[in-house]
Amino acid sequence: MKYEFSWGMLLGAPYLEWIIDGIVTTFHLALISWVLAFAIGVLVGVCRVTQSRVLRFIGTAYVELFRNIPLLVQLFLWLYVVPQLLPEKFSFWWNRLEYVPYWTAVIGISFYTASRVAEQIRSAVMAIPDGQFKAALSTGLRPVQMYRYVIVPYAARIMIPAITSEFLTIFKNTSLALTIGVMEITATTRKIEAWSFKGIEAYTVASLTYVATTVGVILFMNWLERRYQIPGLIQRGKEGL
Amino acid sequence: MDWDVIVANLPLLWRGLGTSLRLTAIAIALSFPLGCLIAIGRLSHRAWLSGFCAGFVNVLRSNPLILILFWFYFLMPIIIGRGINDLGSLIVTFMVFFSAYFAEIVRSGIQSVGTRQMQAGLSSGLTHAQTMRHIIMPQAIRAMLPALTTQCIIVFQGTTVAYIIGYDELLHSASMAAERTVRPVELYLTVAVIYFLVCYAGSLVARQFEKRTYS
Repeated sequence: MKYEFSWGMLLGAPYLEWIIDGIVTTFHLALISWVLAFAIGVLVGVCRVTQSRVLRFIGTAYVELFRNIPLLVQLFLWLYVVPQLLPEKFSFWWNRLEYVPYWTAVIGISFYTASRVAEQIRSAVMAIPDGQFKAALSTGLRPVQMYRYVIVPYAARIMIPAITSEFLTIFKNTSLALTIGVMEITATTRKIEAWSFKGIEAYTVASLTYVATTVGVILFMNWLERRYQIPGLIQRGKEGL
Repeated sequence: MDWDVIVANLPLLWRGLGTSLRLTAIAIALSFPLGCLIAIGRLSHRAWLSGFCAGFVNVLRSNPLILILFWFYFLMPIIIGRGINDLGSLIVTFMVFFSAYFAEIVRSGIQSVGTRQMQAGLSSGLTHAQTMRHIIMPQAIRAMLPALTTQCIIVFQGTTVAYIIGYDELLHSASMAAERTVRPVELYLTVAVIYFLVCYAGSLVARQFEKRTYS
């Protein structure tokens, strides 16, 4: 095994700037996609637990469709297929945007993750004992009030661990955006390796970014869970990840 | 839509699907046993062993698959001193990466059985290994089946990263064909349908196991 380390290289031009750009891109790609994914996921998840059969069917179809196609394939569909199927006027406008790959990645990742968020929401609502619904209604709350004051506060707390792991998944999945030309941290370190042949140093930067973020997010969510827990209601799991 | 392009490229896609499925099978065959070992190591009483296994699982699970692939793609030639083909680094990557996920499934499966079963086994005179083998594992595997099936689907979806290093699995074959024929719409849609059908079939199997577990 012959390999000469040169960690100092990473702090010099142009690598340091690339790394910072890469980390920043990864973060805002993940955060924007997360906000969208959560919004769509809540909508679809609510569809899946309503009384209406049509809405339930739509919700189920969405989840099955987006969960059973690999994210990488979905990114290609959004990049190469969808703009061609839409009206010409729209694809003309879309293709002239400055960051088409970036916005394609945002759309692709958030639609994909929404299907997973929707499943978490459904299973959280299903996990609430039937008695809670009945008790809420029999105290005279209207259905909307029941959801607002009883079910949602309950479900939101149940969901915290699952939502944490979904956020970490979206964070890792942003790396797939490199296939359509987004320079996030994994793509950046790949480029540094290609320029300098210092793969170990470069990939260490990317790995540390992911590990540090994972640890940070888990600590924050554990704090959130403790801060808002209802005593005696939910048993906290012991696992870290 | 130009159906002729799809028909003309079906044999190619069929071969690609075969490659993807073979990759999936190899990946599962290697990573599941490794995952079982790591899970058992994690439940060990020896602090260094369980600590090492926990670290292994957590580090791998917080990194994306592509990055692990890049790591091995770059590291393998340095470690073994000579070049390695694409398939070799893919297989090593899948084995190591997915073993962490299998380890978590197996661990929670074993833990779901409960310590009383273990105590009962030990007090009826079985050794620790025998109790594991005859009492804990049969129950644990039944509890794990739905999650294991879902994980196999994820492995299948994960083989698409082979596209990135240009290995000729389903997605890569399709993208080559799309480039050659300049019909990306038809080819990518076909590939999406193929992936959907395989994964949906897998998810139906997982649901069957789930029904059986909870009935």
